[in-house]
Amino acid sequence: MQANTLAILPEISLAVLAALLILIDLRLKPERKALLPGITAAGLLAVLALTLAFARPGAAPESIWGGMLRHDTAAFVFRLIFLFGAAVTCLFTIGWKQVERRGEFFVLLVLSTLGMTLMAAAGDLIMLFLAIETASIPLYVMAGFMTADEKSTESGFKYLLFGALTSSVMVYGFSLLYGFAGTTDLYALAAAVASGDLPPLGLLGALVLVLAGFGFKVAVVPFHFWAPDVYEGAPTPVTAFLSTASKSAGFAVVVRFLLAVFPAAVLPQIIGVAALMSVLSMTLGNSAALAQRNIKRLLAYSSIAHAGYILMGVAAASLLGAASVVYYLAVYLVTNLAAFGVVIIYFNVVGSDEIKDYAGLSRRHPGLAFALLVALLSLAGVPPLGGFFAKILVFAAAVEAGLIWLAVAGVLNAILGLYYYLMVLKVVYLDRGPDEDKPLPVRRAHMAALVVCLLLVLALGTVLGPMYDWSNLAAGGLF
Amino acid sequence: MQFLQFLQEWPLLSIVTFLPGVAGLLILLIPATRRDTTHKAALAAGGTVFAVSLLVYLAFQPGGPRYQFEEYFAWLPQLGISYHVAVDGITAPLVLLTGIVMFTGVIISQRIEERPREFFAFLFILATGVFGVFVSLDMFALFYFYEIAVFPMYLLISIWGWKQTREYAAMKLTLYLFIGSVISLVGGLAMYFASGLGTFDMLALEGANFSPQFQILWFPFVFIGFAVLGGMFPFHNWSPDGHVAAPTAVSMFHAGVLMKLGAFAALRVGIMLLPEGAKFHLPWIIFLTLVNVVYGAYIAMVQTDFKYVIGFSSVSHMGLVVMGFASLTPDGYIGAGVQMVSHGIMTALFFAVVGMIYDQAHTREIAKLGGMAQKMPFVAFAFTIGGLVSMGMPGLSGFIAEFPIFMGVWQSDKPWIAIVAAISIVITAAYIMRLMRRVFYGEFPAEFEGHVHDVSRSEKVALGLLAFVLILIGIFPGVMVPMVESGVEHIFVLLGGL
Repeated sequence: MQANTLAILPEISLAVLAALLILIDLRLKPERKALLPGITAAGLLAVLALTLAFARPGAAPESIWGGMLRHDTAAFVFRLIFLFGAAVTCLFTIGWKQVERRGEFFVLLVLSTLGMTLMAAAGDLIMLFLAIETASIPLYVMAGFMTADEKSTESGFKYLLFGALTSSVMVYGFSLLYGFAGTTDLYALAAAVASGDLPPLGLLGALVLVLAGFGFKVAVVPFHFWAPDVYEGAPTPVTAFLSTASKSAGFAVVVRFLLAVFPAAVLPQIIGVAALMSVLSMTLGNSAALAQRNIKRLLAYSSIAHAGYILMGVAAASLLGAASVVYYLAVYLVTNLAAFGVVIIYFNVVGSDEIKDYAGLSRRHPGLAFALLVALLSLAGVPPLGGFFAKILVFAAAVEAGLIWLAVAGVLNAILGLYYYLMVLKVVYLDRGPDEDKPLPVRRAHMAALVVCLLLVLALGTVLGPMYDWSNLAAGGLF
Repeated sequence: MQFLQFLQEWPLLSIVTFLPGVAGLLILLIPATRRDTTHKAALAAGGTVFAVSLLVYLAFQPGGPRYQFEEYFAWLPQLGISYHVAVDGITAPLVLLTGIVMFTGVIISQRIEERPREFFAFLFILATGVFGVFVSLDMFALFYFYEIAVFPMYLLISIWGWKQTREYAAMKLTLYLFIGSVISLVGGLAMYFASGLGTFDMLALEGANFSPQFQILWFPFVFIGFAVLGGMFPFHNWSPDGHVAAPTAVSMFHAGVLMKLGAFAALRVGIMLLPEGAKFHLPWIIFLTLVNVVYGAYIAMVQTDFKYVIGFSSVSHMGLVVMGFASLTPDGYIGAGVQMVSHGIMTALFFAVVGMIYDQAHTREIAKLGGMAQKMPFVAFAFTIGGLVSMGMPGLSGFIAEFPIFMGVWQSDKPWIAIVAAISIVITAAYIMRLMRRVFYGEFPAEFEGHVHDVSRSEKVALGLLAFVLILIGIFPGVMVPMVESGVEHIFVLLGGL
């Protein structure tokens, strides 16, 4: 029992943190409310430390709380990813006027993170559905948080509508799965699927319905329509959170579902479905990104493309594939947070997200320009940054699985990606702007968050061992 | 040299690889206002790197073990990735070449006014990538350094390049080279999994015995993917545009060293790991190199822009390197190995001269230039040396390099290719003579009076160093050829001793 409780220590402490934040928000004097993001970030980092110290899983994965949750390395590593993402997001909300003094925003953020940690650990269809909704509903509100801003309202509403639709399709898929297998436990379901007694066509149909829900969370083609508008309209810190932690949570579920519950050995069609979605996402995301003028939309399409690269690891349906997904998500988290960090810092001063307004940034603030350079190059997959090794891993997984054509499609897409990242860097480094001489103040907290992210980007691209081991353990824990 | 033998124990290769990158990052920390310090620091770093690369070259024992200065560090043993570096008879000269070109490039760049910190930082990071590729024995590390070497080029050309074409040229170059490298990368991964050895170590992969079908399937991807950077026809198009748009030091680095990177990687990963594939495909690839050699020279002849002439001459001369590989004869490989160094230094010298003239005359139109020898006699002398090397004049390094290549091709099953390729020598002589007459002799245009002067002493030192090496190899081939021979011997063990 005690081990069971320790295993959900992160969830317990997140719930406590959310409750505390409500109280603090009530007691804090209005002029001191600007402390809220810092307090939340500190709280999240404390939860992160607690998780690292007490909630480590054993060598063998366990089912706990009557099979509702799984206590394995996959859940553990993903928890760390979400908590880190949430903490950095909090730091970046400092100075975001409509948000930074609103206690309820941070409560929602913590609750959404709680939902994500449960998503990564869910071992039961019911639990999984509840976790996904716990993670999503706060996000709908957060995306539409700037009620005075039409785009933000539109963003929140659009996200809600698409989310509700795909959720209902997904839960229908869940009900079919229950109907076929007579169990809601994921690993009992896996055993039933592996026995081969269930009708393959029916399973495939149910799986496609379920994938609609997951596909929405991770924003892959053809469930990506919401992403550009929502990313553009939402407050940028929320966009950062959506594109990193929320996407990772979606993939945590995807890898568990597709690799552990529906092994390709039983349903070989899955590989085809995943590979097709991967190619479409990469190609569509990258080609649409070419035409963007707004940096948030560009990063939205780039995030669709990256979901495609990550799906390549899923399509490989192997241990290396699953490990590559985890590694990729960790790299993508720190890299994209850094990129959005620069966007947020720049927006706070300049008030624009248009790419053309980034002209002259390298003369105005060389450090910030360099941060954007590192982040975008890592997204493009240039060594010695993390993005390079992450891409190598997914390509390697595809090649190992014999999906050479998929790997070739991936590398050609990497070129497209490089092109539009370079176009942004061209504006930053080459074009002259009118305000080059004006100072560009950067808050210490922002700078600290940015530096941590960038160091991690570099570390993940040079010191490969530790994260690779974790990814491998996480992948092993899925089965 | 015997007395330098104790250096074999030192981690010279790690020093020479990482010193430039670390120096580049440190230079970024110098306050922007202290330009003088920036330039001096860059000069000191460049000089040190040159000295270390020279030590590597001098302490290398041609009769010793195949790989020397070996260092090993298990980087990610779970996947068989290691930082495994060493030099052999082919790469030791290339390390020296990189050191020379980097040092002289930094000397020539002393006049960079715009954001010198970033310029030297990117240039030095690029140098780290180049050294890394030459010394890596691990395929993963090779790709890692390869991409590090390719990327900074984009910024170097687009920020400091020639205003008219820099954005276009930088993007074109970067995309071409990335497409090439990622295509090779897929081939590399295929080799990794097909070998079943679970290692990226190329020494182990050499003994993997890939099936002939596998080799024949993958060789073109790996070889051509890398050869794009070597300027191989029909993927050479990025190179003249890139060279012309780049600032002087970057053109020197690019044509002088980076193109060798492509040719070398095509040899190291393509030919040496997939020898059966090489024997199957190189006999037709030699036709592409023939186009490179003759067509490149012909296009160089009809250019009106001084820098484009040199750009296309690189395409032509690099074609000879790959032709040497494609001949599949030991002579061809020895020639190609020496040609990589000889052409690297020669073209660095050419681009340095073009840069010096353009800086002062503000034009590169051959028709508008003239009589430069009156104002800058030493530059004219250095250019003449380079020009004679380019024509393959005996007594200079070009002859030592190109003659064996032609000999090698003559011994292959298609001797007539050597005859056709030799036409390029005539064309080369034509455009070089024309350049010398139009640019350095004839009448000095009145409009240049007053603002065209002789170059500074440090620039003369740089040109002198480059010219000295060209002459040295020409007169004493013994300083380099035995070393290259020792490296080639091993390639032919892999190729099954043709």
